[in-house]
Amino acid sequence: MSKLVAAAIEAKKQKNPNLMLEEVPYANLIGMKLITFGNDFLCHLPFKNENVGNPLLPALHGGVIGGFIECSAIFTMLWKTDKQLLPKTIDLSFDYLRSASDKDTYALVEVVRQGGRLANVRVNTWQDTREKPVVIGTGNFILKPVNIDS
Amino acid sequence: MIKKQQDDDRPYLIEDPRVLTLMTSMSPHMNQLGISIESITPGECIFKQPYQDSFIGNSDTGVVHGGLITTLMDSACGLTVFSLMKEMVAIATLDLRIDYLHPAKPGLPIYGKGTCYKRTPDVAFVRGIAYNESEDDPIANTVGVFALTPGNNDIFKKFLSSQT
Repeated sequence: MSKLVAAAIEAKKQKNPNLMLEEVPYANLIGMKLITFGNDFLCHLPFKNENVGNPLLPALHGGVIGGFIECSAIFTMLWKTDKQLLPKTIDLSFDYLRSASDKDTYALVEVVRQGGRLANVRVNTWQDTREKPVVIGTGNFILKPVNIDS
Repeated sequence: MIKKQQDDDRPYLIEDPRVLTLMTSMSPHMNQLGISIESITPGECIFKQPYQDSFIGNSDTGVVHGGLITTLMDSACGLTVFSLMKEMVAIATLDLRIDYLHPAKPGLPIYGKGTCYKRTPDVAFVRGIAYNESEDDPIANTVGVFALTPGNNDIFKKFLSSQT
């Protein structure tokens, strides 16, 4: 049984990826949203003061961007697969390229390879322009078959 | 743990309790999560992260989201680097890698421990683990590299003087 996979199926039916967010309290804690364009979506992390790590700069907490990247990767894989698979994170690697300031942040996920059991994903995040990435994340995920009926 | 600097008698910044208060209270995000220092010595520190329902990543099991572990480990490793400082230096995460070894236990606090194993004038290398009950059974393993930039101490000094 997986409420998240069930939500992803319903979200695809209704063409509303934001329905997936309701099953992930952490995604709501950091306040992320999904902006649809066509059949795809862009992940959006609106600025809020509770996500600030260093108020002297000010800069968003690096862990928040890391969490945003992991959420973005999982939501994108759920959205793109036709099977009842729940991605579980094996490892993640983040390169912090610039400090994330007190602005909205965006993420676009590239599923580099998705096989039957494993997926490799690359996530680019930016604030002002895609040409100036803030954090680049790469991760491996295991795709667990789940039954959505309880 | 890395060797003590023999030729430098100055105290570590963390020996000043006002500095520790600053490091734990200034981050709005860490305040929201309720992260606190469990222990700190130069080159090694442990943060404690209490469990909250809002951290859940899998609503079927109540297991916290990996992003919470990322924040805990980034914070713990960053403070570990800071714990070696004798003067103010800007510390920025350059890269961070996290391996998830097994899910955290729902309802229990998570501890994040960082150890700095090499420091140069420009970078610091840190490894860390996250665990619930025992360091021998980690939830996650981390390695991170932090960039050090000797910076402007004015904001920091102003804050400290406002605390006395």
